[in-house]
Amino acid sequence: MAQPTARNRPLSPHLQVYRPQITSVLSILHRIAGVALGLGAIWLVAWLYLAAKGGASFDTLRAFNSSWLGVLLLLGFAFALYYHLCNGLRHLAWDAGYGFDLKTTTLSGWTVVIAAVVLTVLSAVAAFATSGMFR
Amino acid sequence: MSLRTPLGQVRGLGAAKDGTQHWWLQRLTAIALVPLTIWFVISLLQVFGMSRPQVAQWIRSPSTAAPMALFLVAAFWHLKLGLQVVIEDYVHHEGWKFGLIVAMNLLVVAFAGTGLISIFLLAMRS
Repeated sequence: MAQPTARNRPLSPHLQVYRPQITSVLSILHRIAGVALGLGAIWLVAWLYLAAKGGASFDTLRAFNSSWLGVLLLLGFAFALYYHLCNGLRHLAWDAGYGFDLKTTTLSGWTVVIAAVVLTVLSAVAAFATSGMFR
Repeated sequence: MSLRTPLGQVRGLGAAKDGTQHWWLQRLTAIALVPLTIWFVISLLQVFGMSRPQVAQWIRSPSTAAPMALFLVAAFWHLKLGLQVVIEDYVHHEGWKFGLIVAMNLLVVAFAGTGLISIFLLAMRS
């Protein structure tokens, strides 16, 4: 009997031949942000662990957090968190059956991007203005 | 006539060997994380740069320790479900897939447990 799968058929999808679209780019960005937030969660646990442990190690982490690399990472995590949160709400709306037509999807996509950027900037301003952060 | 075995018919889980539980739990934790994340961000903006005694003082209150613990549980649970799908999508070798999912599950529980115990110790010590 002939093997039905012997022929070398082209495989789909050919991601590299597609022009990037708002829908596909935001979809993969949601996943990348989610994985990045996993690393952020480890950072949060390290912060809690060192606070509970005491000693100089907490102050070392605190100093790193206010260094330029720490601030850059924090801004990145803040954007990832806001983006994942806003786009997550978009996903929940889809799960409930709303916003599937192309026009709404494009509009909600750009809304999510703008909201995430605005929230990140607002958080950075709030962090500089209030609290003991970066002091 | 169905080609499924009688046991398969009773279970009704299909070829994926899993029902909608994974999907549903990911949504459930997502909904829980909406208010918890808003609380977390607003709180962290105020305390993240603070000294250790100030952080301990902040966590000691049950109105901090409780949502922080809930946030950790929901976030790591959501992370576990999400990372599992990422591994299943990109790792095609069955052995590697199995091993990575096991390692990921153990790591997620380890980090979540460490975080929860740290909150508990911070809250209990004065």
